Amino acid sequence: MASTPAPAAVELRGITKRFPGVVANRDIDISVARGTVHAIVGENGAGKSTLMKTLYGMHRPDEGTITIDGEPVVMHSPSDAIARGIGMVHQHFMLADNFTVMENVVLGAEPRKGLRLDAAAARAKILEIGESYGLQVDPDALVEDLGVGDRQRVEIIKVLYRGARTLILDEPTAVLVPQEVDELFDALRELKAEGMSIIFISHKLDEVLSVADEITVIRRGSTVATVKPDQVTARKLAELMVGSELPSPETSGSTVTEVPMLAVQGLSLQTASGRVVLDDVSFTIHRGEVLGIAGVEGNGQAELVETIMGMRIPGGGSVVLDGQDISGWGTRHRREAGIGFIPEDRGRHGLLLEASLWENRMLGHQTEAPNARGALIDRAGARADTRRIVEEYDVRTPSIDVLASALSGGNQQKLIVGREMSGDPKVLIAAHPTRGVDVGAQAAIWDLLRAARAGGLAVLLISADLDELIGLSDTLMVILRGRLVAEVDPATVTPEQLGSAMTGAGEQQGGAA
Amino acid sequence: MNSVRRVGLMLAAPALAVVFSLAVTSAVLLATGTPPLSTFQQMIQYAQEPRTLALIVNSATTYYFAALAVAIGFRMNLFNIGVDGQYRLAALITGAVGGAIALPAPLHVTVEIVTAVLVGGMWAGIAGALKVYRGVSEVISTIMLNFIATGVIAYLLTPARLAVQTQGSNNIGTKPIPPSGQVPGIDLIPGSPLQVYGLVVLAIAAGIGFWFLVNRTRFGYDLRATGMSEAAAVASGVNVKKMVLSTMLISGGLAGLVGMPQLLGSSYTYSLDFPAGLGFTGIAIALLGRNNPVGIAIGALLWGFLDNSSQILDLVGVPKEIVLITQGVIVLSVVVAYELVRRYRVVAQQRDVGRELAEAEPPPPAGGGPGGAVPEGVSR
Repeated sequence: MASTPAPAAVELRGITKRFPGVVANRDIDISVARGTVHAIVGENGAGKSTLMKTLYGMHRPDEGTITIDGEPVVMHSPSDAIARGIGMVHQHFMLADNFTVMENVVLGAEPRKGLRLDAAAARAKILEIGESYGLQVDPDALVEDLGVGDRQRVEIIKVLYRGARTLILDEPTAVLVPQEVDELFDALRELKAEGMSIIFISHKLDEVLSVADEITVIRRGSTVATVKPDQVTARKLAELMVGSELPSPETSGSTVTEVPMLAVQGLSLQTASGRVVLDDVSFTIHRGEVLGIAGVEGNGQAELVETIMGMRIPGGGSVVLDGQDISGWGTRHRREAGIGFIPEDRGRHGLLLEASLWENRMLGHQTEAPNARGALIDRAGARADTRRIVEEYDVRTPSIDVLASALSGGNQQKLIVGREMSGDPKVLIAAHPTRGVDVGAQAAIWDLLRAARAGGLAVLLISADLDELIGLSDTLMVILRGRLVAEVDPATVTPEQLGSAMTGAGEQQGGAA
Repeated sequence: MNSVRRVGLMLAAPALAVVFSLAVTSAVLLATGTPPLSTFQQMIQYAQEPRTLALIVNSATTYYFAALAVAIGFRMNLFNIGVDGQYRLAALITGAVGGAIALPAPLHVTVEIVTAVLVGGMWAGIAGALKVYRGVSEVISTIMLNFIATGVIAYLLTPARLAVQTQGSNNIGTKPIPPSGQVPGIDLIPGSPLQVYGLVVLAIAAGIGFWFLVNRTRFGYDLRATGMSEAAAVASGVNVKKMVLSTMLISGGLAGLVGMPQLLGSSYTYSLDFPAGLGFTGIAIALLGRNNPVGIAIGALLWGFLDNSSQILDLVGVPKEIVLITQGVIVLSVVVAYELVRRYRVVAQQRDVGRELAEAEPPPPAGGGPGGAVPEGVSR
């Protein structure tokens, strides 16, 4: 831990936050000095968002103290946090499109002249903020006419307008193009010079290294290190995030065969507004092969999965399963034909949270044995098979009658994996199969995937965990803006190289094949 | 897990809601200078008379169909607010058909019931089709269809079309249904001068059918899955559009039966004074009964009790509209109570599971990357 001169702008000591069945934060210690940019990095699901919600008063920690400018505080709501000078810029903008910049900024904190909005005062203050921090934006422009970078500037001005001295930026660069990132970083340096503190949440290591004064790494809910950017490399940071030596290039023996199981050809998809989300995507997965898809989130992975599952209608292209063209089939037909599906968001797509485990055993397989007999459901069959899954896949639960929501994320995921492996699928679509699960469950799921691959399963693996992708994949492709832009060799690629290939910046060092 | 507690919790919410609404009603009675206890006693005493009991069962039979029609939609988050228009239109057409044909008794009644189901289903199906093919919210379209049904009925129920003048009054209605198309009553309540609607049997059968469909069939599973999480249902392969359309048709079909006990059991004609608004009562009862056929039966009987036993109040100088306050408060508070109980259940179960597992075993070991757990002997 690096020591900081007191009093720190924000100091978190021993913060622990539990949710039912899972500890989201455990003994977090962070100290943010006044006038610095403090980055918090960690994998998806490491507990960054939970921590920021604690700091922004959206929920209270179960243990630990928050100290702001040397004064211990207890915050009950975001308005308490705002009153203490803490402001949050959310990853997804919270702006009213049909209002002007000025109206958006003052919304909820309007300067008044009698009963009327004092527009002149508001405009003057916004211009003043823009002047002093280099955040130029026209107060009378409609937000719907603004680009992403300008909208983010409006969000920051909004926070500053409310007197924030400490800014939390949640993955601010996720939606920006490189030039906009540079402009944002210039603004952050300006803010820093004016004595603001900035908490910068990200998992893009190169950006963190370029802008932060201090970096705290969070892994599995705990702070593992606080380092200075000049003392670390991106590789070292990645290792701290992952928690172990990165896997050696030596991977498991190949079980890949020559038999194509899932062939996707020229798949394309547009949104209703005409934005291209999948552009001529083609790949083939063979029996016993794991095809990994790496990419920054939001580059078409979710849409690709949903299109293969028949949940979205593609604009063009074909999907062939085991020699049979299934392009025109519905989701149920595809599942019955032997596609298993581990969805990205298990609470949303994979489970009925308020139904029992055995009813969840049926989900996605409600037309197949042992869950159904003709038009009727087979309760006894489903229940017996749920017991088998609980036993074989080590789902830790006192009974199969508890609600799915009562299980921890890892056990929910093991139930889903067990369910999707039942009935001998030909192809498994696994989207973030170990996201937000504990270490034990993660290792178990990895072992299951490996065993199924050895048994001849073809797996499409989508993950944000580069380590997981490199460790499990036989073939690794990179998706960027809906296109498969590179194929790399998982045996030789490093997470760093993969990371730059994912941003489209450095294919030349990505070991492109 | 603990089934005693589960049943206890299930009953706690409606019981709390009823007690709370009685308390509010008492407060209102006190404020208007009426002793609440004796008022309630009057109602309970009156309800025990055989004739009132028969009336309660008859009202409940009608309410039961309406509540089932609403509940089947609620089970998949589909809001059929149009039960009202569906049953009125179905009753009018069925009245006209029943009065126009002459068939042997069982066949005549069958034709009538089928007509009612088809008309109700068709009217609801319009809203279903609008939702599936045009994305129109079924809440809006079913409400609008209620008004349209009112207009259609006014148009059809004229002497030039389906109506005839009722003898000895200004009322007009469909041509009376001959005895072969009537459903005879049952002497269910001993000592009552009034018979219970014969269609109470159909109501019970509909309740059992509802339970079987929802809990034992694949269709019912898809329906419940869609209601719990549409996203998860879609990912599991449920064709939500098909489900919306079929559920709307079933709901409307049940709604078509709402007017039948009255039409085939006592009035034998659809006239201007045919009861209206039963669809909205059905919504309240479906909420109270938690969309469960047994719960709905209890709710329907409670509603029947409040409606019929309140008739005594006017005679003792208490406005009988007081029961409207009771009913309103029950509906509002039961919604709140169910939500509180639901949240409590989820949290309690999470806590229980956490505790049981903590006792059972130590936490899982830490460490190990995906590359680290490779089975041995498979390096290349």
